[in-house]
Amino acid sequence: MSIAAKANALWKYANPRKFLATSERVLPFFWLTSASCLVAGLVWGFFFTPDDYKQGSTVKIIYLHVPAALMAINCWLMMLATSLVWLVRRHHVSALAARAAAPVGIVMTLIALATGAIWGQPMWGTWWAWDPRLTSFLILFLFYLGYVALWEAIEDPDTAADLTSVLCLVGSVFAILSRYAVNFWNQGLHQGASVMRAGAVTGTDTEEKVSNIYFYPLLLCIVGFVLLFIALVLYRTGTEIRARRIKALLTRERVNG
Amino acid sequence: MIPDLGKYADTVLSAYAASIVLLIALVLFSVIRGRKVRAEMEKLEQRMSRHG
Repeated sequence: MSIAAKANALWKYANPRKFLATSERVLPFFWLTSASCLVAGLVWGFFFTPDDYKQGSTVKIIYLHVPAALMAINCWLMMLATSLVWLVRRHHVSALAARAAAPVGIVMTLIALATGAIWGQPMWGTWWAWDPRLTSFLILFLFYLGYVALWEAIEDPDTAADLTSVLCLVGSVFAILSRYAVNFWNQGLHQGASVMRAGAVTGTDTEEKVSNIYFYPLLLCIVGFVLLFIALVLYRTGTEIRARRIKALLTRERVNG
Repeated sequence: MIPDLGKYADTVLSAYAASIVLLIALVLFSVIRGRKVRAEMEKLEQRMSRHG
């Protein structure tokens, strides 16, 4: 099968029934693997890694802070992709998937902000600073809240999907800024990337990178967070599809008397 | 059981507690709402099929 044919085959999941049937089949795999990776990664990181020579035991916060921050940004990018699909192809499942992902993004952003503040206090001497990365992350959090509020505020689901998709496009600026703010402004308290940096992995740059002792359990936690995100979005999208069907059935019942 | 976290014990434990509580709350809330909506839909479909 060619790549174009494979890509076209994806559109069959725009059918709610097909989506529900497939997601119910794959969900146990995602729940189970995400829980296994998270438990293994967190236990490995918390119990079996040494303290850092500079940061002491606070280095253990990395196993929650980095995966949560990564998912906070990538969740918005996933919402951007599904919102674009809605705007271009008008597939309801894609709009509902974006809606279903938003609360997951809120929690990921909240974990990243909370663990960042808790970690920052002993390391920087402050819970919060108006640093480019921290500030863009806070704005991303506010965009998430605004996105959910807009869905709730508009009665007509198609209008709500249109407006929230536009909001998602605008908010993408802050999702990207959250990732690259340190590189753009080169100032503030937050360090630059020390985990997912191509030059650090290949050894072509000389900047400090996270040691392998911390990197492997961190990688396991990142995989766990990604799988948990997929499980939650699949499950929650199914819920949104059913909630939409309930509305449609109630409307039909009212019309038929 | 818990490793020696030194003077940062409160910092590390509070970061883990906050994150785990938030993650569990997210999963629980999603599953509870999912089950409620599914039951509601099945009830409605049964009612509508009975009434044609």
